[in-house]
Amino acid sequence: MTENAMRLTGVKLDAVTLSRGARRLVADVHLTLSAGELMSVTGANGVGKTSLIRAIAGLLAPDSGAICFFGGAGALDPEAVRAEQVHLLAHQDGLKSTRTVRDELAFWTQWLGGRKGVDGAIDALSLSALLDLDVRKLSAGQRRRLALARLVAAPRRLWLLDEPMAPLDTPTRQRFAAVMDRHLKDGGIIIAAVHDPLPLAGRTLQLERAP
Amino acid sequence: MNALAALFAREFSLAFGRGGGPLLACGFYAGTAVMMPLAEGSDPARLAAVAVGAAFATLALASLISLERLFERDFEDGALDLLTLGPPGLAVVSAVKCAAQWLATGLPLAIIAPFVAISLGAPPAVGPLIGVASLLAGLGFSFIGGVGAALALGTRRGGVLIAVIVLPLFTPLIVFGAGAVEAFQGGLEAGPPLALLAAYTLCTCALTPFAMAAACRNALS
Repeated sequence: MTENAMRLTGVKLDAVTLSRGARRLVADVHLTLSAGELMSVTGANGVGKTSLIRAIAGLLAPDSGAICFFGGAGALDPEAVRAEQVHLLAHQDGLKSTRTVRDELAFWTQWLGGRKGVDGAIDALSLSALLDLDVRKLSAGQRRRLALARLVAAPRRLWLLDEPMAPLDTPTRQRFAAVMDRHLKDGGIIIAAVHDPLPLAGRTLQLERAP
Repeated sequence: MNALAALFAREFSLAFGRGGGPLLACGFYAGTAVMMPLAEGSDPARLAAVAVGAAFATLALASLISLERLFERDFEDGALDLLTLGPPGLAVVSAVKCAAQWLATGLPLAIIAPFVAISLGAPPAVGPLIGVASLLAGLGFSFIGGVGAALALGTRRGGVLIAVIVLPLFTPLIVFGAGAVEAFQGGLEAGPPLALLAAYTLCTCALTPFAMAAACRNALS
């Protein structure tokens, strides 16, 4: 298949049911997203927003139902999609406190398949003044900016974001909204678990507590 | 390939800080070796008889130091989630982590192992052989230890659990490693036991990454 046919253009969740241990979280979630679409996932604390995102990232196996990815030529291999086209931004950001911002950004960019995006990401999230600091010296908002910079530095089609805006100040929220907007215009897909609505047009999936 | 080299470099630099890094393992190794003459009595002939065996047994214990943090920190801070989203896959990630652990602590331990054995009374002529056997055994210790570390993810007091899981699997490494040196001392060929040691080590390198990947996936879900 050509690279173009491998490009992710759609995500479909078909009757997905998730549980953690004996507790059922979400039941029978249906969802279809295509290129350029944003889906906000909302719902009360503990309803399963994070678990849904982890399931799409392949970290949590659904009890039943299917999570499928589509490209130009039909269904894609989920393993290959997750290895090359999915970004995950979670509360635990995977950044090591003893390493510098520069090292961590360079490593994760390389790991996630980015080549030349680092400079653009530093500009987009104004990290240039922080590059030589250890990650442990960053504030929560600065640390989140570093985590978000990975999304810009390594181009991947599907962004799975868990509360992306939470620790950010207002100017950075606007900046990141612009980054998300550009990603959608380029044909990317975003699924974001949020409490406050995102400043972008998109659909909303309201999760209810499973019976 | 570049991404794997970057992962190796990152793991290696983190291993130096993890649980005290090589200094702590080497300090523990030297410390337990010093206990031997205190426990066994200071008669040089008696000490020399157990020198090689004691050096290998304590090497195995020292290799356990800092294994606990091999996967745990990445598991807690979310790095393991993101590592699964890279092209190489978790089995390769596990193998790279163990190889970096070996270079960061196994190699320093193998360097001091001959000095430990000789200071306990082993003849200096066996020094190089002890170094080679320790280096090979150390690679096996890292990979087998990685399985224990991955299985212990998310448990409390994981360090003790790792020791219980891993020590029985260390046995062949100790038998063949110390056996090679003792064969050499007895005027026999050291080659065959060393070859068995290498075979067991390579076998662990080939098989354990899949077990580590499965254990990590299980802990993540």
